[in-house]
Amino acid sequence: MTQFEIYSVASVSLFGLGLFGLIALPNILRKILSFNVLGVGIFLFLVATAQRDDPTQPDPVPQAMVLTGIVVAVSVTAFALALLQRLHGETGMTMLDDEKAESDQ
Amino acid sequence: MRDPSPWVILIPLTSAGFALLLGHRSIARFGVVAAAFTTIASAFLVVDVWRHGTRRYPVGGWDAPLGIELVVDGLAALMIAMTAVVGLLISIYSFRYFSDPPDLTRLRESADVRPSIGEPWGQSRAFWPLWLFLWASINIVFLSGDMFNIYVGLEIMGVSAVALVTLSRGAVATLSATKYLIAAVIGSMLYLMGVAILYASFSTLDLQELSVRIEPGNPATVALVLMSAGLLLKTALFPLHFWLPAAHSAAPAPVSAILSALVIKASFYLFLRLWMDVFMQTTTRSGAVFVGLLATAAIIWGSLQAIRQIRLKPLIAYSTVAQVGYLFLLIPLAVPIATDSWNVSATEGGVYHAISHALAKAAMFLAAGAVMQALGGTDEIGEMAGLAARLPISAFAIGLAGVSLMGLPPSGGYVAKWLMMNAAFDTAQPWWAIIIVVGGGLTAIYMFKFIGLAFRKPVEGSSFLPSSAWLEGPAFILAVLSILVGLRATPIVELLSK
Repeated sequence: MTQFEIYSVASVSLFGLGLFGLIALPNILRKILSFNVLGVGIFLFLVATAQRDDPTQPDPVPQAMVLTGIVVAVSVTAFALALLQRLHGETGMTMLDDEKAESDQ
Repeated sequence: MRDPSPWVILIPLTSAGFALLLGHRSIARFGVVAAAFTTIASAFLVVDVWRHGTRRYPVGGWDAPLGIELVVDGLAALMIAMTAVVGLLISIYSFRYFSDPPDLTRLRESADVRPSIGEPWGQSRAFWPLWLFLWASINIVFLSGDMFNIYVGLEIMGVSAVALVTLSRGAVATLSATKYLIAAVIGSMLYLMGVAILYASFSTLDLQELSVRIEPGNPATVALVLMSAGLLLKTALFPLHFWLPAAHSAAPAPVSAILSALVIKASFYLFLRLWMDVFMQTTTRSGAVFVGLLATAAIIWGSLQAIRQIRLKPLIAYSTVAQVGYLFLLIPLAVPIATDSWNVSATEGGVYHAISHALAKAAMFLAAGAVMQALGGTDEIGEMAGLAARLPISAFAIGLAGVSLMGLPPSGGYVAKWLMMNAAFDTAQPWWAIIIVVGGGLTAIYMFKFIGLAFRKPVEGSSFLPSSAWLEGPAFILAVLSILVGLRATPIVELLSK
């Protein structure tokens, strides 16, 4: 296995794990963490792509994408945490399948 | 303005940042002026594309493949125009909606009305920056010629749209917003993974360059599936619509209008762009038919759910679920069956439907907001008996918009359905035409459920507050436009071919 293949397999596994968590876990905080795992999977894949052809002269384009992607991921995470805090304050919920707030209506 | 394309992004983006500094009093005035300038820039852009055809603008003077290009063809120009018209009227509506609290206390005490959603009054300092950011991001998605740039646009769009939903106070809105955020994030992450795979395989992010370099094979197929799934989730095609009815009905009325009319159109546009240009060689008939079956399920399921609703805003939101189905019906109609090229009539029909739905649905949500205020905050349809006598302009706006959704002549919806049915018969797939007709009938059922009640005599003791021309006016203009857009179809179809 080449270095690129090892990284690809690892990144696709992280992507799959994160996607599974984001869809299947009911706890919202775990969903936010899963989103970060998923993001790391994509970033790892991009960094591996950058080094694939010539490790001494990496392609800057995927690295720029990763940098922007990290900024986006941090902002989305911050926003999601703020939203979760407000949800918890208003309803006491931390899980999505807890339908208390909906039946209150 | 020598080249107007960067301005339709720069004006809303910089005004959004500037609006953060403004106080409660001046921000609404500033917001409307910013919206007007964005609309003027959009008009310049449309005229420019009309005269000179497709426009390319290298950002910062760096040409592709090194730099990022803004590309405006007829389709993008039409979407920009749609966003400008709808966006300007929603901005005028929001000028009053978010600043003036209506006098509800009197009504509350007398009629024991429970508001259906939280109250957005006094939220203008949060609304205007978010709305202007959202407008900028929608225009980025329409104009950008770079896959990754579009991803950034999608993320700004998702976050500002979710934040706008939370302007309705209360647990229901926060929970709907949380679900919306999760759906939006999954969608954009699937898209980003697709972008990463495409770059790894074909070493370019430029849409045009990519459509030349791309070769059918595993990487292209995986990227197509991931990106399509992400965009279907963002556009809320059945069965990925689960987040839409809650989010679109819990949001304040102008935000519901923005979400239903514009935001889902941006992800739909991107889906169309990918299938039409980039993945032309990768898409298959079976994939297109699969999308068509989902679209059929969306039309039927969304309409049946709309018929069951007892509140007006969820009814309109489920109607959006059904109308999204119509948008995606263009895919099986347009993807070539044998070696023929992409069907133009189907594309025209789908794009026409996107435009007339944007006008009609924005009109409906804005009018519903005016009605809710007049009723003291509730949107239960049972309370709306006699609406046509008390708030004739709003009732008429919802009725006119309904005519366009049903696809009755001479509305925009009629032209869209006519073009799509033409495509169905041209490509010898008449069964899609049956679905178009059945969907129109179902739309009529849920629209008449509301209209029939609105024209009934008012119930004894029911009280409506008077509404304001600031609220009813924009809704009515949008409804009239959704009809008028059917009368002048030629220039719109012509612009699409530029």
